[in-house]
Parts: sequence; structure tokens; C-alpha cells
Amino acid sequence: MNETKPVTAAPAPVPTKTPAVRPAGPERTGRARVAELLQRQGVLAVLLTVVIAASFIYPTFASLDNARGVTIQASFLAVVALGMTMVIITGGIDLSVGSVFALGGVIAAWASQYGFLAALLLPLVVCGGIGLLNGLLIARGNMAPFIVTLATLLGARGLLLALTDEGATTYLVPKDSAFGELGQGSVWGFGYPILIALVLFGAGGLVLQRTSFGQTLFAVGGSSDAATLMGLPVARTKILVYTLSGLLAGLAGALNAARLSSGVTIVGVGMELDAISAVVIGGTLLVGGAGSISGTLWGVLLLAVIQNLINQIGSLNSSYQSVVSGGFLIVVVVAQRYLARSRRST
Amino acid sequence: MTQTAVAPPAKSDKPPKSASPLARLRDPSWYQRYGVYVAVAVVLLFNALFTDHFMTADNFRTQLVQVAPIVIVALGMALVIGTEGVDLSVGSTMALAAAFLPLYLGYGLVPALVVSLLAGAVVGAVNGALVSLVGLQPIVATLALFVGGRGLALVMADGQLKQIVNPDLLSLGTGSFLGVPLVVWIAGVLAVAVAFLVQRTTFGRQVVAVGGNRSAAALAGLPVKRVLIGVYVICGVLAALAGILATARLTASDPSSLGTLMELSAITAVVVGGTPLNGGSVRVLGTVAGALLMQLLRATLVKHDLPDSTAQIAQAAIIIAAVYVARERRSR
Repeated sequence: MNETKPVTAAPAPVPTKTPAVRPAGPERTGRARVAELLQRQGVLAVLLTVVIAASFIYPTFASLDNARGVTIQASFLAVVALGMTMVIITGGIDLSVGSVFALGGVIAAWASQYGFLAALLLPLVVCGGIGLLNGLLIARGNMAPFIVTLATLLGARGLLLALTDEGATTYLVPKDSAFGELGQGSVWGFGYPILIALVLFGAGGLVLQRTSFGQTLFAVGGSSDAATLMGLPVARTKILVYTLSGLLAGLAGALNAARLSSGVTIVGVGMELDAISAVVIGGTLLVGGAGSISGTLWGVLLLAVIQNLINQIGSLNSSYQSVVSGGFLIVVVVAQRYLARSRRST
Repeated sequence: MTQTAVAPPAKSDKPPKSASPLARLRDPSWYQRYGVYVAVAVVLLFNALFTDHFMTADNFRTQLVQVAPIVIVALGMALVIGTEGVDLSVGSTMALAAAFLPLYLGYGLVPALVVSLLAGAVVGAVNGALVSLVGLQPIVATLALFVGGRGLALVMADGQLKQIVNPDLLSLGTGSFLGVPLVVWIAGVLAVAVAFLVQRTTFGRQVVAVGGNRSAAALAGLPVKRVLIGVYVICGVLAALAGILATARLTASDPSSLGTLMELSAITAVVVGGTPLNGGSVRVLGTVAGALLMQLLRATLVKHDLPDSTAQIAQAAIIIAAVYVARERRSR
């Protein structure tokens, strides 16, 4: 679909931190090519290997029902991770998504009494507003993304508590409402959230690969200063990606509320770190300038499959899930580090 | 690579001496350095005037006991941030240290404490090795143990909360000396020790130099890798200690919830205290004041019957304000 494709095709050559421009044919050694392939498609390969191996070992894993269950669980994180990928490609980070996800869900559940549109639009407005605030503080205020979004993580959770009488009130989505259908309905058994996530990923991939906005993201992440010198709208781009990240987190929260039929206040804690893990496992570099939407999708699915497998292995405590995820994260990032080195050493 | 003796450029630690106090008030770096103390003073003054039963010894004892674990973790975090790093795994480390306690208390208090602290040291060493030897970004390196560490703690404890009955361990959490709770003494002594470490020892100087400019520090022949591993190990051990003390106060080892969001509280204390996120300077007293400010603010709002949600939003605003003051200037 879309790979770690840097800006070689852009009208103006843009410097990136990673070895973006491929060396001309004969100079590329076999080893470098293998390393490059592994770095790009490694996660997909691992995902396929795990899925195939698990299908042979656990017959229950390979069932269509299980596939539906895994993908619907993954779809909410996927939508959040899509925004996170774009933020990370610009060299930033968004820690507020977990809180914004929960806030979006509560607002959607509250607004669902006023109809479908209210339930969908109100969380988008509020969560997009939080994203916009992040973007303004980071791009115009010149403040570190890490700490700005840390503050909005606290602020959004505070807002959520204020809306729910300190977590005492749970808003319910009316039964048989169109909004509830959005979360619970399905096509061939695959829930709408899965389809929405897939459509969003397709759109995100196109935007990243085929539009000047997408190319600007890579340029800003590669070198913010160089992008400024080339006259790219750096501040506007940053504001836009944080707004998008807030919007997507809010949308995911709203979908989750529709699925659960209520605005659960305790969801989303630590979700920002799951999203970052998925993005990093998917091959997007945290320093910015390189990454891919498809990699993030495989990363999200891999995390979901690991979780599902641990549930299948009945004897394993569910606590092992985070041990395995954490171990996996280490293995992947260390491997990426060495692959990047061996590519460069040619 | 030839070794050349390049002194790491010392980032100016003090604002330039201005001519008049008025000019100094207009200098943003003055606020970065002293703003947190002013803010603590303002909060205290407000409470002295408008809050009943706030300026009492009992209340201060309560506030200090609550803030002590945050201070202990934040001290380690300040050192890590001083090297331009960050440690997201401290909350999980607390849980891991707490999970080890009931397993080894059968062998006596000292072995249990040693094993717990050792667990923190191992977590720190792994973080430090990933950052310095592998060259990972600190966020990613410590994210792995943030995710895995708590899982490991739950696996160790079979996912269960365990009551602590060892009286010696419990006295660590509830005991007091000269009317001041033991945990507060421990946090205070550690703050002094870390301040001494930063200002009077070679290691402390190296931490600041590595954070200020890593390549210059390497060229100057400083043991960059050893320094990096060192700060993460110290951070891990301090987090483990905080986990032990929190467990002693709760009288139970609770690996599933102990230390959640601790990384955020600690980072907040460090940043509000004036330590820049991009390294090169460590403000130990500021960090203590930063933790205290957040705690006092929360207590003040609660005593005025404002809900927790308001306290969180206020905290968010203070963080933004602190970083706005400390932000990088565009003009060079």
C-alpha cells in the first residue's frame, strides 16, 4: 500500500534525517537491500508468521468469529494510532489521545439523546478543539509536544470528570438508536468500526503519499528548519496534524461508546502508549521524517493478535500480555536500529 | 576519531546579573528559575488568609507524607531529564518493587528490601543500556518497560493484592521521628544527597555536561555511556524505594494500581521546578518545590470544596504556564 516513502518524488528535494534518497542501483549492496526490505515489511512478515503459526496450533484462532473479534477490538486503537502516526512523522508526539478518547466517548454518549448527528459531531468538535489547542501551543508557542500534550492529557481527563460528576454518572446511548447501530451494526459480521478504520487508513495512506500535505509532513519531520527555509507552511502543518490526531481520537472514542452503548469514564488510560507502541512497531521512526500508515495498521493488528493469543492459551495469565508486548517492542526497535545502521553503512 | 579536549559548553545556569531588580523581573529566565518558589509562596499565603485549618502542623504532615513518594521518584527523573532523557517506566518499577516485597519477606526485612531495590536497579540498567549502548530514544527505550514492567509485576504477584503484616516494614510507612514521618525524612535526606551529587561531585558535573551537549562531552573524553546508565539506574532504584514506601503506607502490595500515572507526576514536578526538558541543567530544590506546589494546589482546591476534576485542569494550566516561561526562544 504505502511504504516508508520519503520525498524523492516531491518537486523540491527535501533533506530528511533518514537515508531517504536511495543510492543509485549498482551501489546498493545486497545486504543493504535485505535490511531495507526487512525494515519496511518486517512487521507484516512477523504478523503473517504469527497468524499462520497460531492457526495451526490453536484451531479456535483461525475461525472467522475470532477474526471478527480481534479486528473489532483493534479498530478503535487503529483509528487513534492513525493520527499518532502523522504526528510522529512530523517529529512530534501526542500523549493526550487516551484522555481525549475517553472524553469523546462520554460526550458522544451524552449527546446521543439529541440524535445521531449530535452524537457524532459534538465529540469531534470538542476533541478537535483540544487537538487544535495542542497544535497552537506547539507550533505557535514553540513548546515541547511531549509536555504540552501531557498537560492536555490531565486537562481532558479533568474535563471528563467534571462532565460525569467526578465519574459517578454514566451516560447511556438510547437503545436502537442510529448512533448505537454505528458501533454495533455490521456487514458480513464485520462491524462498522472495522470498515470505518479501513476507510480512514486508505484515506490516510493516500493523503500521505499522493498529496503535497503528506509530503510536507515528511519534510517537517525530516528537518523543521530546512522545511521553514524552503517556505513550507511548517506551523500550519503542525497545527493540522495535532487537530487531526484529536479528531481521530475523539471519533474512536465516540465509536467505542456506540459499541458499548455507554460513555465509560475509565477507558483510554495508557492508550497513548499502546498507540505509540503500534506506530513504532510499524516502522515509523520516533525522530520523525519517515514512516508509513500501513506499518501502523500491521503494528496494531500484531498487538491485538498477541493479546488474543494469550487469551487462547488458557493457562497463561492475562498479565503476560503486557510482558509480551513490552518484550516485542524492545526486540522490534532494537532490530530497527541495527537495520537502519546496516543500511547506512553501505 | 582523534580525542580532542573540547570542554563541553557550559549552559549558563544563572540568569545574567541585571542592573536593577525591575529589569530582572522582566527577564523570563528569572521566572524559570524562581517562579516555582513564588508560586508555592502565593499558594501558602492564599491558604493562610482564606483556608481554615490549612496552616496547621497536622495538615502539613499529611501533605508532606503524600508528596514524599513523588519527590523521591522526581529526584531520579530530574537526573534523567538533566541528560536530555525521560523515564516513563518509573510507575511500573514501583509496582515491580512492591511485587517482590511479599515474596521475600519470609527471609526477613533486609533481604526483601535488597531484592526490591535490586529489581529497580535492573530496570534502570536495562533502560540505560537501551539508551546508551543501543542508542534508542529514551521515550521508546523506557516505554518498553512501562508496558512490560507492570505485566511482570502482575505475573510475579499472580495478579493479586497482598497484605503486608511485617511490622518492621509497616513502621517504615507509618513511623515518625521527632514528630516528622519517616517517609518525609527519607525524601528530605535523598533530596539533599541528590543536590550534593549534582553540585559537588564529578558524576553530577558529567550528568550536566552530557545533557548539555552529548557529542562535545564524548569528545572531551567523558564516560558518556557510563553516565547515562548511571542516571537510569539511580532513577530505577529511587522509584523502587518509592514503591516500597508506598506499599508500607498502604499496608498492602498492589501491583495493578501502585504507581499509575507516577511518571506524569514526576515529570511535571521536574518541569514545573525549572529543569529544562532538553537537558543540561538539574534543579533539585526546584523539583522538590514543583512536587510540593502541585500537592498544595490540589489540597487547596479540595479544601475549598472544588472537585478533583478542577484540580486536574488547574494542574494542566500550571504545566502549560511553566513550560511557556521555559520555552526555547526563537531568536538566537
